[in-house]
Amino acid sequence: MLDYRLDDETETLRKVVREFALEVVAPQIGDFYERDEFPTDIVRQMGELGLFGLPFPEEYGGSGGDYFTLCVALEELARVDSSVAITLEAGVSLGAMPIYRFGTEEQKQQWLPRLCAGEALGAFGLTEPGGGSDAGATKTTAKLEDGHWVLNGSKAFITNSGTDLTELVIATAVTGTRPDGGKEISAILVPSGTPGLAVGKRYSKVGWNASDTRELSFTDVRVPEENLVGGRGRGYAQFLQILDEGRIAISALAVGLAQGCVDESVKYAAQREAFGRAIGKNQAVQFMIADMEVRASTARLAYYRAAEKMLRGEPFKREASIAKLYSSEMAMENARYATQVHGGYGFMNEFPVGRFYRDAKILEIGEGTSEVQRMLIARDLGVG
Amino acid sequence: MNIVVLVKQVPDSGSERKLDSSDNTVARASADNVINEMDEYAIEEALTVKESQGGEVTVLTVGPGSATDAIRKALSMGADKAVHVTDDAVHGSCAVQTSAVIAAALQQLEYDLVLCGAESTDGQVSVMPALLSERLGIPHLSGARKLTVEGTTVRVERQTDGGYWMLESSLPAIVSTWDTINEPRYPSFKGIMAAKKKPVETKSLADLGVDPASVGLATATSRVLDFAGRPPKGEGVKVADEGDGAEKLVGYLAAQKLV
Repeated sequence: MLDYRLDDETETLRKVVREFALEVVAPQIGDFYERDEFPTDIVRQMGELGLFGLPFPEEYGGSGGDYFTLCVALEELARVDSSVAITLEAGVSLGAMPIYRFGTEEQKQQWLPRLCAGEALGAFGLTEPGGGSDAGATKTTAKLEDGHWVLNGSKAFITNSGTDLTELVIATAVTGTRPDGGKEISAILVPSGTPGLAVGKRYSKVGWNASDTRELSFTDVRVPEENLVGGRGRGYAQFLQILDEGRIAISALAVGLAQGCVDESVKYAAQREAFGRAIGKNQAVQFMIADMEVRASTARLAYYRAAEKMLRGEPFKREASIAKLYSSEMAMENARYATQVHGGYGFMNEFPVGRFYRDAKILEIGEGTSEVQRMLIARDLGVG
Repeated sequence: MNIVVLVKQVPDSGSERKLDSSDNTVARASADNVINEMDEYAIEEALTVKESQGGEVTVLTVGPGSATDAIRKALSMGADKAVHVTDDAVHGSCAVQTSAVIAAALQQLEYDLVLCGAESTDGQVSVMPALLSERLGIPHLSGARKLTVEGTTVRVERQTDGGYWMLESSLPAIVSTWDTINEPRYPSFKGIMAAKKKPVETKSLADLGVDPASVGLATATSRVLDFAGRPPKGEGVKVADEGDGAEKLVGYLAAQKLV
């Protein structure tokens, strides 16, 4: 039995998020983007919609949906704007999920209700200036002294780490040496405002300009021992676990961007005239748009498939990598085509496709580069 | 406080809308059907009154089976329950006939306040609250841009072209609302999930004691005899400014009787 229709509730949510994206996000996001500003008020309203609590149970203030519901919401947001979509994705997958999955009951009670309501945002500090995908390169340390972790080091490219809503960062740090001589890496929760935690300036980025990305530095940051999230020495393994589902979310985001490219191109092709007729009358333009739709539709099936396996509790690593790889690369391609359909106006910031073009590139890099995905897929096939 | 909100499912005014050429009624099957936009403001107002005064919000709709989508949206926003009057005999009814059906349904409910949108985007007849007021013998306060309830009194600011009127009435009463009255909330996912479990009662004309022969296209007081598509946009007139541009523009506007 194969059924990829959304159930009534998910379909209703999809429509609501679509409406919200068109009515609330679309009219103002361009200005935030140009000003490199985080749209605090829009994010709060996303919180009121319950989007940050989508995959969490109601006992922690969640909405009682699942990870796929979140993906559908991400797709509809990214169809209009990727900055708010990635803010949601990171807030849920990286900020709240580690606490929900690996945290103690006290940590869940303390943090999840505010994170689920979108009143607070959490950040996840993994990447360091010296290394991204290579966990062994972690240099940040946390030493246990008198019942406190003392953290030193720095983190790079940390989403949601310096907004008005940010209340915590979960940082991975070396907490010792494993029996095999490798680094023991653990995750430690550091509330915002803890002395010694310095939040850097916003990066000047190529895309995702209305999302918040910063460098963090830790200088003798002291937090209680119970701020350990999950098992000691489990920091990296835990991260790998949430990374797989994060790939499905990034895929949904890419599909949204790719569909947004179709939406904008269809609209533009009908209204823009050249040589006495709408440019959509030209087969060259028709074919570009048809190809864009083909890519967006097939990529959507790829992430639906990965999500379906995940929700059924089956292994989904390969499907997640396939979805992430294909959808991010086709999003880049759709952005390129959409810009082409728009001609000179595609190069102007006042048209959304310019923003889509700039936002697409990072999809091939974040949550595992295209090369990492290919490596994982090949490895899973037993090649090499 | 028992509040009943009247909602109507209509073809989305943002997409292409058609009449069915077989009987000149609204083509619903081919349309993208949504809750009438103005009704969302009435729902929001009902929820606001409920939040401050307590009570229960019931959604009432008359429409085909597919109108459950409109009901679901209202329940997702926070309404407590719904009554869905659906009966094939209602098809093609005029406003007067429909008002008899709605009045009969309202008489089976307990209500202090009946709220509805000031107009629907399909028929735009805008007479339903007045017809219901007459049938039920309750006051009708139309076109509200502000509403307050105090005890058994309702006060509204009635929006007019030049300003507003202050109206006051005892309850029960029926109030129609404009889109200036509030900003409707978006349903949350929790609300969407909760809506699944809320009671929706389906009623036929027989359940309401309405004679099927008294409604429907055959005995409607008004019907569409003929219709035609909007003529395509004309070429337009280009006015070249040779020092007399303003005069030419005014001349054009005057000729079109626009000034």
